[in-house]
Amino acid sequence: MQLSVPYVSFFVERFDEILALTVEHVEIIAVAMGLAIPIGVTVGVLISFNERVASTVIWLTGIMMTIPSIALFGLLIPVLGIGSPPVIFALVMYSQLPIVRNTYTGISQVADAQTEVGEGMGMTRKQRLRYVQLPIALPVIMAGLRNAVIIIVGVAAIGAFIGAGGLGDLIFKGIRLQNMNMIVVTTVVLSLLALTLDYGLGVVEQLLRLHNGEEIERAKLTHAIWSVIA
Amino acid sequence: MSLLVESIQYLFDNFETFLQLLQEHVFLVVVAEVAAVLVALPVGILATRNDAVKRYALRVGNVFHTIPPLAVIALVFPFVGIGMKSGFVALWAYGLLPILINTITGIEEVDESTVEAARGVGMTENQILKSVQLPLAVPVIFAGIRTSTIINVGNGYLAFFIGAGGLGDWVVTGIALFNNPQILAGAIPGALLAIGLDLALGRVENRLRTGDEPGQRSTTAAA
Amino acid sequence: MTSTIIDFENVTKEYPDGTVAIEDISFSVEEGTTTVFVGPSGCGKTTTMKLVNRLEELTSGKIYYDGQEIRSLDKIDLRRNIGYVIQEIGLFDHMTVAENVGMVPTLLEWDRARIDDRVDELLDLMDLPAETYRDQHPMELSGGQRQRVGVARALAADPDVMLMDEPFGALDPITREKLQDEFLEIQAQIDKTILFVTHDIDEALKMGDKIAIYRNGQIVQYDTPKEILTNPANDFVREFIGSDRLIKELKFMTAGDVMDETADVTGKTLSELGAAGVEFARNGQGYLTVERSETTHVALMKIYEGHVEGVLVTEGEEVVGTVTEADLKRNLSEGR
Repeated sequence: MQLSVPYVSFFVERFDEILALTVEHVEIIAVAMGLAIPIGVTVGVLISFNERVASTVIWLTGIMMTIPSIALFGLLIPVLGIGSPPVIFALVMYSQLPIVRNTYTGISQVADAQTEVGEGMGMTRKQRLRYVQLPIALPVIMAGLRNAVIIIVGVAAIGAFIGAGGLGDLIFKGIRLQNMNMIVVTTVVLSLLALTLDYGLGVVEQLLRLHNGEEIERAKLTHAIWSVIA
Repeated sequence: MSLLVESIQYLFDNFETFLQLLQEHVFLVVVAEVAAVLVALPVGILATRNDAVKRYALRVGNVFHTIPPLAVIALVFPFVGIGMKSGFVALWAYGLLPILINTITGIEEVDESTVEAARGVGMTENQILKSVQLPLAVPVIFAGIRTSTIINVGNGYLAFFIGAGGLGDWVVTGIALFNNPQILAGAIPGALLAIGLDLALGRVENRLRTGDEPGQRSTTAAA
Repeated sequence: MTSTIIDFENVTKEYPDGTVAIEDISFSVEEGTTTVFVGPSGCGKTTTMKLVNRLEELTSGKIYYDGQEIRSLDKIDLRRNIGYVIQEIGLFDHMTVAENVGMVPTLLEWDRARIDDRVDELLDLMDLPAETYRDQHPMELSGGQRQRVGVARALAADPDVMLMDEPFGALDPITREKLQDEFLEIQAQIDKTILFVTHDIDEALKMGDKIAIYRNGQIVQYDTPKEILTNPANDFVREFIGSDRLIKELKFMTAGDVMDETADVTGKTLSELGAAGVEFARNGQGYLTVERSETTHVALMKIYEGHVEGVLVTEGEEVVGTVTEADLKRNLSEGR
């Protein structure tokens, strides 16, 4: 308890600033996901039509992800300058592997019988996607988005170093000023943000599964929300 | 294009420093990785022997998985201080998880009937582990080591912030000084190192396992 | 003469790898009848069905749907006019029962209220009360219920033709028989043209007005069940029907088909008959009777079990004829 008092008082004193940076952090994530989801899902759907293209594209998204983020920022700065543009660009790149891969696997795991029945009852290719493949793939895609968000929360924090703002700002400042309270409190807030988003998106994924009629083990929150909806 | 030429120029003009930084970076990653394997592997094996340990390890692992690398690195700093040592601790801690998780799942995934058969021919639990489960789990465990290594090549850059040296030096200094050639001279080799390592380790992994589905490649997270 | 709705003219389907799935097949399906394609697996029966809704395209020959060559019709429209049922995996597990049944009407852009009414109507027809089953997911239903939903879905847009690919294949024997009976009743009400694929000859004999027996991509016999039972075209058909062919025949004929209506008990009720009736249908317990619509197989069982020579055939209370072991023998194909 003794140990935590200075952290608590730091948190209380700087609450407004921490809150503002958290909001900024979430905004960066939202913008990045807003761009990454349509791109990733479209690519995932398109490559589901061709297996060979699919493995190449997924391999490429995997390669993109191995590039260290600081190095990637470094590569992007000469082109996009500093601030949020290079960071958002990098976040979109990093999120492609989980989104593209999960969209692709989600769609390819739909049983052939299901798509064929859709075809047999007169669905066009678009309608098959809309009524059969995408709804069935949605929970898997959601799991990919969840993965992507976790990665993005972390990389966005590093993005503060090149001026994108967010909670990373206070962490870098803390390291520079050797302010332990600042470091500990901000990293805890950042980690809680990641955990909350992970949990929240996990619940959304479970709700989608329940909506699709799957039998799953439900988290408490999922159970509560589901019993209200259903 | 001229920027690229300038970067290469910068690299060769400062080649001694470059080798020094690269060496620091690789050393940091390798030592942290070896230490992570030495801890995660035994704990992972132990976890498969004890349900309570396993549950606990997986639960902690799942929470830990979502904590951003910058948070881990920054958190090490107040407790270990500045310098190479805290860089090791941070990378070691971050490298543990993929190896731990993959060790547990790799051993657990071994077909129950295979284990039953081994039990049936009179093998002890230790013999089963040594000659059945571990050999079959090797590709999965290796995939964890690969993931963990690639993540740590990235984390090596961040470790510069807490005084651990490495290629982060040039990138971070370059960004601060708006020196684009210096940034690229630090960034490109690291990116190539990560990609090259991933491909090389991936090839080893593929040799260890056969008949993997396309797109089921292990996730390597950016840092 | 009834008009034909589907006509195959020298149809061949060859895959790019050179496999010939069906070879030079010709037949016609009359409107409102059930035609069953039966044969060992890989014989081309499912391919034949998929050629009709163009899930597969033919290589040569012609197929007519209601007089029009199917390749001149729009694929999507054609499919929406043809109901399609496959084994239970064909239901969309991620949709509710109502969404499944309402799928084709949704594709046809009916308005919401009309779709809802149609779904309720069909679920009631299938003996799945709408208020209970509408919002359930297929996984919550039994195998038999799922299959009924599948049939309801195929019927939704009131198609003229239904394709059914082993619809009862994944069910246990008891459920299967029950659904077959129910389906025969439903078919009597809805009067659709049905193409039905099965590998089970008993199912074929039970469901079909006409049966096409397949072997290696060719139809070896296309006939009524009775003809197939009594006059198998060759040894393959004979073997396919099985060594219990006579029993199948017995199961196929009803007591009404073979009874002797000239007996002097005809026209009387059972109570009028009293103790003074035909001796050969009576034992210590009294008269043995079968309903007119019951199979000759049942009649024979009763004859053997009751140690009698024959049974009375009844329709309600009234005796309409008699069936003796000799009548049965005379009517079986072997005896002629």
